[in-house]
Amino acid sequence: MKVLMFGWEFPPKIYGGLAVASYGITKGLSLQGDVQTTFCLPKPTGEEEKFLNIINMSQVPVVWREPEYENLCSRLVGHNSGDYYRFRNHIYADFNYLQGLDDLGCIGFAGGYPSNLHEEINNFSIISGVLARSEDFDLIHAHDWLTYPAGVHAKMVSGKPLCIHVHATDFDRSRGKVNPTVYSIEKNGMDHADCIMCVSELTRQTVIHQYHQDPRKCVAMHNAVYPLSEEIRAIEPHKNPDEKVVTFLGRITMQKGPEYFIEAAKRVLDRSHNIRFCFAGSGDMLNAMIELAAAYGIADRCHFPGFQRGKQVYECYKNSDVFVMPSVSEPFGIAPLEAMQCGCPSIISKQSGCGEILTNVIKVDYWDIDAMADAIYSICTNDALYKYLSEEGLREVDQITWEKVGLRIRSCYDQLTGRGWFDVNDYHA
Amino acid sequence: MKTICLYFEIHQPNHLKRYRFFDIGTDHYYYDDYENERSTQETAQRSFIPSLKTMLEMAQMYGNEFKVALSISGVALELIEQYAPEVIELLQQLNDTGCVEFLAEPYSHGLSSMGNTECFIEEVKRQAKKMKQLFGRSPKVMRNSSLIYNDEIGAVIAEMGFKGVMVEGAKHILGWKSPHYVYSCAHDNRLALLLRDYKLSDDISLRFNNSTWNEYPLMADKYIGWIADMPEGENVVNICMDLSAIGIYQPLESHILDFIKALPAEAQKRGVKFATPSEVLAANKPVSPLEVIYPVSWNDEERDTSSLLGNCMQRDTFNRLYDEKIVGRILACRDRRIKQDWDRLQASDNFRFMTTKNLMVNNYRGIYETPYDAFTNYMNILGDFLKRVRDLFPDTVENDELNSLYTQITNLGKDVEVKEKEIARLKARLEKYEAKEEALAETPAEAPIAEEPAKKAAAKKPADKKETAAAKKPAAKKTAAKK
Repeated sequence: MKVLMFGWEFPPKIYGGLAVASYGITKGLSLQGDVQTTFCLPKPTGEEEKFLNIINMSQVPVVWREPEYENLCSRLVGHNSGDYYRFRNHIYADFNYLQGLDDLGCIGFAGGYPSNLHEEINNFSIISGVLARSEDFDLIHAHDWLTYPAGVHAKMVSGKPLCIHVHATDFDRSRGKVNPTVYSIEKNGMDHADCIMCVSELTRQTVIHQYHQDPRKCVAMHNAVYPLSEEIRAIEPHKNPDEKVVTFLGRITMQKGPEYFIEAAKRVLDRSHNIRFCFAGSGDMLNAMIELAAAYGIADRCHFPGFQRGKQVYECYKNSDVFVMPSVSEPFGIAPLEAMQCGCPSIISKQSGCGEILTNVIKVDYWDIDAMADAIYSICTNDALYKYLSEEGLREVDQITWEKVGLRIRSCYDQLTGRGWFDVNDYHA
Repeated sequence: MKTICLYFEIHQPNHLKRYRFFDIGTDHYYYDDYENERSTQETAQRSFIPSLKTMLEMAQMYGNEFKVALSISGVALELIEQYAPEVIELLQQLNDTGCVEFLAEPYSHGLSSMGNTECFIEEVKRQAKKMKQLFGRSPKVMRNSSLIYNDEIGAVIAEMGFKGVMVEGAKHILGWKSPHYVYSCAHDNRLALLLRDYKLSDDISLRFNNSTWNEYPLMADKYIGWIADMPEGENVVNICMDLSAIGIYQPLESHILDFIKALPAEAQKRGVKFATPSEVLAANKPVSPLEVIYPVSWNDEERDTSSLLGNCMQRDTFNRLYDEKIVGRILACRDRRIKQDWDRLQASDNFRFMTTKNLMVNNYRGIYETPYDAFTNYMNILGDFLKRVRDLFPDTVENDELNSLYTQITNLGKDVEVKEKEIARLKARLEKYEAKEEALAETPAEAPIAEEPAKKAAAKKPADKKETAAAKKPAAKKTAAKK
């Protein structure tokens, strides 16, 4: 089975959870042996793992140019010159009017999330038309709203079923005050999709109720985690026996509910003084949070180490006694699973999608700061609870693998390619 | 002759309120009064009252042919007394018919049998006393909370003077043996074991209303038929369950009460009789000792204590609750609120709410959503409670010292009593002497005035009463002489 997949992020370049999820899904599919994935990325680094075909959207021609062969070969990152020429044969309209064309006839991407994001999304969609004409595939799979227009375009051109993967919706990011442009892109993508994979039942309900989709074509497809590498396993935790560390890790934005964490911290610190609170991450609410901590007089116990990269993330988990994710609305939230892999007990909000597949975590409402404080205090003071959550959590999270997710996605694919539509009632996980 | 021994346990969890860690040290009231009132009344209305009324009718209908055993945990009795006193009235009416035997059990419905023997004995005795108070007879047969039993517990129960105890007829302790005989405790053959037939018990308490069960619908004639058709010699069938199985687990609409009501009539037809545990023990001698090394209980499929003490949270709670130093202090203290809280906190429901086992039935968690929630809340309360207990006495005092101090105090009381008697005796003598003296002096009007100071002096110094008494005579004489 050949799958044409559109994505915006892929490791090793990680901006957020999307990269990790895209990697897991493609890896899980590749383990089945007979699924060939062609993954289209705006700007790959060339250091991606080679279990799938990476297509560099920045180097897919939309305008006919005749570059020198050596020059072309030396510059291509991702796909090769053969692909380039094949793509060039499938240019479907005159795009000479476009700004920013290079000498290969391609539109460049900055990668990540630049300020002209909407323009990039549009360009991405234009290029997907070339791909849809030149590639041979059975199915289209588009990750997150940035690639929905590309997916829809590819479906229009090829007539192949479109499966879209909802990693987040604008309702989660904005606490209900949606950006109308983003909403329209999301809604259009969902309307054209034959199957909508949502990362949790919570997201599925949002898709059904806020985007008015047919429940039958929506399916909850929970994320998973990858087993830790040897290098990360070998990290020795540095723990002070007299002090406990409670960690928040993620973007410090409205969606993640950092202010509830501060409120809970204040309640805990009113009672005991051997607990430290760590805010790892950056975001638009960082300064406000520092001010809030100072206003409560707990700044000496709150630490703001900033954005954590790669190995630092795991060091952070390993050195923590409690991980808290008080998200106001979290489509899935992979962080608690990673914390559990490091043996760190997690407290998550009930408004987090990952709670649907986890039992050995403490779940509280994000606004229930008393319950959150109580749970933090309980894990810090009762070794039995810490031990139980740590051991059983690790055991539980080891069972949540991308391989299983790959199988579940595959069964959706089979339905889609077999008869052209998807019905969640016929789907058995 | 086949004998059915029907036994119902009356228990009602005492719900703890939502107690946050910042309440520790400031709030010493731990109970959710609203939930307790609501749930006690609900259980009483839906289960206890209709079932007890039916038993009352049965007692009137069948006279001596119908027998039943009941037991009530002390903590549930407190709730019922407070929120559903009509249940107690019904129990007393039932008691008056003479068809019911009340069993003893630990007052708290807790796990003290495994945690602290001293505490266990104390609370069983307290419960037995309460039964005597309410129903006029001291229980002779016992059941432990959740039918928890092993050889050591059996030995303790025998030592307390009970003739028999209810035990779960679990396969892993019986092996090839049948539960339909009376056995004896392996550590003390004075104690007889009545083994619960879990198949026949669960047929009523778990499966009665289950329409997918292949024996559905269960009728009294079929049920009695199973018992009557048992092999020769298997004479004792102990059917035990929570009383709330009738009406709560199995709804009244399933006609479970009609089923129970029809049992004695069907039994008569097939020559099966009903008996109370004491009657069973009088008629059947133990056939052999039964060894039970690890505790068994009537909980879930494994019939052990794993749903109460299976995970490390439950074990940690258990160890903190039955810490020797703490228990010693609680037993030694005279603070009624501490004692009451201690009873309620021990209740096994608190442990059951913390289970992480996937129980097929009865996985009711009270006010809690998850085991962690239950653990956190309970530990906060326990933290406050243990702090109160520790604050009762200075840390440096050992339990033994406390006990000896308390013995001293009790003894002092006795001493004072003895001495008061002595004073009274001496006073009487003094009066006699005075009367004589008055007679001699022939001044009767002055006598009462002379008496008073002497009395005061005697009352003030009970310790050296002899000297006082000895000194009194001349003193009295002197006052009399002065006048």
